[in-house]
Amino acid sequence: MRPKHVLHLAMKELRGLLRDPLLMVLVAYAFTLDIYTTATAIPETLNRAAIAIVDEDASPVSRRVADAFLPPYFVPPTQIDMAEMDARMDAGIDTFSLVIPPEFQRDLLAGGRPEVQLNVDATRVSQAFTGAGYIQAIVNQEIGSWLGRGARQAEMPVDLEVRARFNPALDPGWFGALTSIISSVTMLSIILSGAALIREREHGTVEHLLVMPVTAAEIMTSKVLSMGGVVLIASGLSLGFMVQGVLGVPVAGSVTLFLFGAALHLFAMTSMGILLATISGSMPQFAMLLLLVLLPLEILSGGMTPRESMPEAVRYVMLAAPNTHFIALSQSVLFRGAGLSVVWPQLLALALIGAGMFSIALRRFRRFLDD
Amino acid sequence: MTAAGPVARAEGLALLYGKVRALYDVSIDLPAGCIVGLIGPDGVGKSSLLALIAGVRRMQAGQLEVLGGNIRRTGHRARICPRIAYMPQGLGRNLYPTLSVRENVDFFGRLFGENRAERDRRIAELLEATDLTLFADRPAAKLSGGMKQKLGLCCALIHDPDLLILDEPTTGVDPLSRREFWALIERIRAARPGMSLIVASAYMEEAAGFDHLVAMDDGKVLATGSPAEILDRTGAADLDAAFIALLPEEKRARHKPVTIPPSDPEARKTYVVEAENLTVRFGDFTAVKDVSFRIRKGEIFGFLGSNGCGKTTTMKALTGLLEPAEGTTRIYGREVDARDMATRKRIGYMTQSFSLYSELTVRQNLDLHARLFDMARAEIGPRIDELARRFDLEGVLDSLPLRLPLGIRQRLSLAVALIHRPEVLILDEPTSGVDPVARDNFWQALVDLSRNDGVTIFISTHYMSEATRCDRISLMHDGRVLISDTPEAIREGVGAASLDDAFVHHLEGAERESGTSAPAPHGHLEADTTAAPQRRRGLFSLARLLSFSWREALELRRDPIRLTLASVGSVILMIVLGYGISMDVEDLKFAVLDLDQTISSRSYVNDLAGSRYFDEQRPLISHTDLDQRMRAGEISLALEIPPGFAADLERGRLVSIGAWFDGTMPMRANTVLGYVQGMHLHWLTEQLRQEFGDEAVAGNFRLEVRYRYNPDVESLDAIVPAMIPLLLMLIPAMLAVLSVAREKESGSIVNLYVTPARRLEFLLGKQLPYIVLGSLNFFLLLGLALLVFGVSLKGSLFALTAGAVIYVTLSTGLGLLISAFTRSQVTALFFTALATLIPAVQYGGIIDPVSALEGAGRVIGEVFPTSHFVTISRGTFAKALEFGDLNGSFLPMLALVPVIVMVGAAFVRKQEK
Repeated sequence: MRPKHVLHLAMKELRGLLRDPLLMVLVAYAFTLDIYTTATAIPETLNRAAIAIVDEDASPVSRRVADAFLPPYFVPPTQIDMAEMDARMDAGIDTFSLVIPPEFQRDLLAGGRPEVQLNVDATRVSQAFTGAGYIQAIVNQEIGSWLGRGARQAEMPVDLEVRARFNPALDPGWFGALTSIISSVTMLSIILSGAALIREREHGTVEHLLVMPVTAAEIMTSKVLSMGGVVLIASGLSLGFMVQGVLGVPVAGSVTLFLFGAALHLFAMTSMGILLATISGSMPQFAMLLLLVLLPLEILSGGMTPRESMPEAVRYVMLAAPNTHFIALSQSVLFRGAGLSVVWPQLLALALIGAGMFSIALRRFRRFLDD
Repeated sequence: MTAAGPVARAEGLALLYGKVRALYDVSIDLPAGCIVGLIGPDGVGKSSLLALIAGVRRMQAGQLEVLGGNIRRTGHRARICPRIAYMPQGLGRNLYPTLSVRENVDFFGRLFGENRAERDRRIAELLEATDLTLFADRPAAKLSGGMKQKLGLCCALIHDPDLLILDEPTTGVDPLSRREFWALIERIRAARPGMSLIVASAYMEEAAGFDHLVAMDDGKVLATGSPAEILDRTGAADLDAAFIALLPEEKRARHKPVTIPPSDPEARKTYVVEAENLTVRFGDFTAVKDVSFRIRKGEIFGFLGSNGCGKTTTMKALTGLLEPAEGTTRIYGREVDARDMATRKRIGYMTQSFSLYSELTVRQNLDLHARLFDMARAEIGPRIDELARRFDLEGVLDSLPLRLPLGIRQRLSLAVALIHRPEVLILDEPTSGVDPVARDNFWQALVDLSRNDGVTIFISTHYMSEATRCDRISLMHDGRVLISDTPEAIREGVGAASLDDAFVHHLEGAERESGTSAPAPHGHLEADTTAAPQRRRGLFSLARLLSFSWREALELRRDPIRLTLASVGSVILMIVLGYGISMDVEDLKFAVLDLDQTISSRSYVNDLAGSRYFDEQRPLISHTDLDQRMRAGEISLALEIPPGFAADLERGRLVSIGAWFDGTMPMRANTVLGYVQGMHLHWLTEQLRQEFGDEAVAGNFRLEVRYRYNPDVESLDAIVPAMIPLLLMLIPAMLAVLSVAREKESGSIVNLYVTPARRLEFLLGKQLPYIVLGSLNFFLLLGLALLVFGVSLKGSLFALTAGAVIYVTLSTGLGLLISAFTRSQVTALFFTALATLIPAVQYGGIIDPVSALEGAGRVIGEVFPTSHFVTISRGTFAKALEFGDLNGSFLPMLALVPVIVMVGAAFVRKQEK
């Protein structure tokens, strides 16, 4: 392989990219506005939860409970009838409905242990548990403090001091911004390298390259370098200006280390893009194949839901995906400030997966050219 | 229409592409009822003029009347559109490659609103007349260049046009097919005497047969008149000479007749290019059969033959692009090996179709090739200048190739093939579509290379005038070499007057021998006595819409891999994601820094370790250990139990247990927090219960929590109804998105410009098959959810299905919308991924309810249809809802349908800009 040829071919790829202004606008969008929107849209785990109250008691204590649901955790509760409750929950208007029965205050004072009912829309898994927990705590506290004296029960003098590390306020925007960068990187690297290759074949330019003194390895390396380079620069800029600058997310670790990991990740992803292109015969087939790969990569690599809770088989299979390692690495480096001594296994995994992908893709690419 | 009036009249017509002037103040009358020929060098505006007349390109300055009305007016264009047929430049650019010959013609018939009987009759007639009947079921992609041109003509003629516009229809077509082509045109004209033809041609021998010629140069008209008048005026012997005589002084000066000095006998002793018993097969088909020849150093060796006879295949085998099945090929005595870089450097190869980088300028293309051939940096600049001068590319060095006319592109390809001064040139129809002057210049360059530098040249051509310049030629037919000799010997061998005749003689002989396609009496074209059926263009035609659907569905059916990927793919994705995504947090890894190490401290930890939510790791040994393992993401929760925990507890002194948890993933962190606090409370209650009895822990009231719809909080029951909307957004959109962008890239979009089709018919017609496919996908996913996942559908199946169909209409519509305003397929793909995946996953209410979102994400979530269909899907699956309960979700989706369709239609153009 001659570096000069790779360089010239890479320059050609870059020039091609620049010829498509709409594509450049989309790339810019993916690394700026898209990240901003994602980071600012994701709610706190319990944010603006929709709650309705069926207050059949209309007593001071029931009103006190109702007034305790405050933004930003809850939208101000709506007072509804028992009759409306089911319809509203069915329509998905309310996630929670709290029913305070008639004569609640009287029974409470009489020590009758009256029952408050909380209905939870369990299809909204993300809010259901946390929300129910919050509501229980609020109801407990409000009724307890209204009762005043009664709240004093036997207590154990043990405190639990909880402290969140790395993101003390549990701001979901931090995580959202990072996930968004990673998903843009993944999407773009596969599409740019893979679709560009198919396009070349459809236009007959690949065949033309083969009568020139360039090798398949040179052609492929140039694509990996140029497309990977573009995405790497875009993500670096995005991290600096968008994530740290505009969104004000503090970065705990070394940006250089992160970018090094990103480079290895891109090496693997662009190779994967080329591999997919060699498998699919035409652009429409590539589009389908792309979805088949992209969705699991985005959703099952730990960026959206925690890996621990996935079935074991899925976890093992996803170890072969560069995303899994890259997401672990990014979280460690950017949020937890981890250094090389901590993330070297991920770097190693990325390098190995990348090398594997590259060599398989290269072998297929040679055959792809012969067809 | 009267034959007397002009078919087209231009006044002050001008056209600019950016800063490049294509037409400059053209004022001209084109007579009706005859063949008008446009002749002139490449890039002088012939194609632009034709495109304007056909109504394909948007008018700029000046006036143009076609068929008695102003072409600028949309109404007039719409009226005359069914009377015009336009065949663009390039081999089969407006054909659909996966459709068969018959289906291609059929599609055009449908677009022009012909009924089945009429179509069948016409198709049979046209295919018979063009000798394509035998190939009626062959996909257009597998036709040879000449056959593609004939098919293109069939498509143009299916609707009996009054005006036929042909842009270089015979470029790249072999002499025999060319004769047949013009014979066909003559028969058609005989059957339809009133028809007018406007033809651009690079073949002067063809132009000599036209009724009226328009000679153009540099965007201006130089001369008009019959061929005889033009010959008269210039005093030239033939049109080739007249053409040159008509050119302005400075261009004429550049032209010198080609002179061929005798070759140096000394150099001719070595054989440079050799093929021995070469046979190449594609599957069962043998493209080249037992071909042998040897080309000497410095020789110009010509290859002639009908389209599809194996010339290109033979050439590719010599460059190493194709592996021969039998026989050997040698260059400079070395067997051709695709991996041999040294040999590649000695060869210059030019393919038949343009295969340079359309995204690089002319100069950048030349530069890239020079560098890849390892030319010295200092040499590159002068070499590019030299070639630009020789091939007259100086004015276009900074243009993009696709904006250039065919002839100039061919010259660029040639310049690229020559840039590294190869010793062997393999040129596959290098001069197709190149004007006579440029062709002569090019040939002079070849002769110089051959005679002065000893470059060996292997060239294929359809121009007989070029064949006579070769030292030797081979005639190829049906994969075999018929004869190989000097042009003179071949002509004399059969006693023919010209090489052209000799060529036709040999070919016909070969055809008779093989008996495959005996020169059957050509199909006879009946004069169309039946009155042309009333073809209303109308505002909207369902028939035309359905013809687009028919074609799109055919193309889909021709690609079973894609269909399989779409259906099997959605099943696989649903299974993987259904089982893979889990909202519960389980098996959280935690570790304890137990500085107390007593039974009490252990009991606290055991409570946590025993739950299914937590998974205890080896104990922490120090704060540094805690820090490191947390940083590495090894544990997401760390507990610190202080020294003296048990003792303090005993004495009733306040003790604090420290809990650190990883806040990186806020969702997980919140769950951890909830669990830990719950556990802590539970432990406290238990301690109290042990100490003081049950009474002490009973509260003043009870709070009962009822989880509805999904009482066991099964993730699967929640995830599956959410996956269906996700997959039905992504897959149908991805299927539909390439449909328009692909046509733009391949060029068949021009059919929308030249047929009476409306934009809405075009888009909706294309959308229909994808809606059907998407709905089938929905039933597949539904079956999977009910049967494999065992999720039960509690509500209305009808409501869910109706929602799915509307939703799929939206997702395919979105795909087409994106397709309509992107120019390249790559951009369209990325756009779709960006515009569907992210909004559907992030803001579609699948993970977080839309009501909880903020900012722009909230707006996207409300508008984007996924959130509404998620409500319908969850409502019908889990909440037993019926149609009436879901109005709030159906209405926003229904309202979006016309918006998406209209915006899509607004982005489709009915004319080229």
